[in-house]
Amino acid sequence: MYWQLEIVLFLFLIVTAASALWVRNLVTAVIVLSVFSFFSALLYVAMGAVDVGFTEAVVGAGISGVLMLVALFKTWRRSSD
Amino acid sequence: MKTANYIVLLLFTALMIYASLGLPQRGDPYAPIHLEESPVHSPGASSYYIRNARRDAHTNNMVTVILADYRGYDTLGEETVIMTAGLICFMLLRRRKEKGSENA
Amino acid sequence: MKTHRSNPIVSLVSRMVSPFIMMFALYVIFHGHYSPGGGFQGGTLIAAAIILVRLSEGSDTAQLQFSRSWGTPLGSLGVLIYFGTGLAAVFMGGRFLDYAALHLAHHASMSRSYGILLVEIGVGLAVTAILVSIYDNLLEGEADA
Repeated sequence: MYWQLEIVLFLFLIVTAASALWVRNLVTAVIVLSVFSFFSALLYVAMGAVDVGFTEAVVGAGISGVLMLVALFKTWRRSSD
Repeated sequence: MKTANYIVLLLFTALMIYASLGLPQRGDPYAPIHLEESPVHSPGASSYYIRNARRDAHTNNMVTVILADYRGYDTLGEETVIMTAGLICFMLLRRRKEKGSENA
Repeated sequence: MKTHRSNPIVSLVSRMVSPFIMMFALYVIFHGHYSPGGGFQGGTLIAAAIILVRLSEGSDTAQLQFSRSWGTPLGSLGVLIYFGTGLAAVFMGGRFLDYAALHLAHHASMSRSYGILLVEIGVGLAVTAILVSIYDNLLEGEADA
């Protein structure tokens, strides 16, 4: 079975989730959240749900990071005015 | 106050772990979701899909058949949700320059 | 973005990579019957390619590729393709979303396969247009509030 691989992926998942909470810089938090999404996609693929893993990789690690960064930059510029 | 938070968090974690112990093993062929007949004696859906997806829709990817054919209403609702989200973003975030210049 | 400074390396690489991402996205949509993928994933990949050009070239230059005003009409068109496929089955004597009633092929199973393809194209179009339009509205809207 793949349980060794899954345990490593779960460990990375917990580490990235906790560091996304603890990091002070918001841009770093968004990047770490994308990494979390990518590791969960790898976990889905390791569990055999390839379609779900594909969707998670494309949406979570691709689009949502960009959208969150854009929202972050917009709010920064308005708060500095 | 902070220790109370951690205690509640630990209790919640313990509850979730205890609840997960009652779940069937992953890939267990005798789990209720994989049976031909559910515990209330209705035919099981997942075994029907696995047996008949290739014959019904002439498509090898079972997930595509389930998403677009057997559960077509579900995907239609999902797409409507995405469309509604886009329209709400358009209405909330669009530029109101003309209206603002008229007022100002 | 207030002032867009174009970097030639970033611009060239993103312009070179973007068509290949779109090609892979079309493969994902049209090969979804045989391999993992489908309308949602492919549409998101096309949106990622368009947003990549928008990020590198600046949002004003990228309007030549995918205009800002296309988002809502194309998204509505995608939903209408899905809904119209289901409704056409009703008009041809079947039930809603019963692709076998469309008689797209001789066998009912092949007809359902083509119906799934139509539906996936609708989903991909809607997801592409809506994601790009969310990005545009997020970037451009409320600029002078």
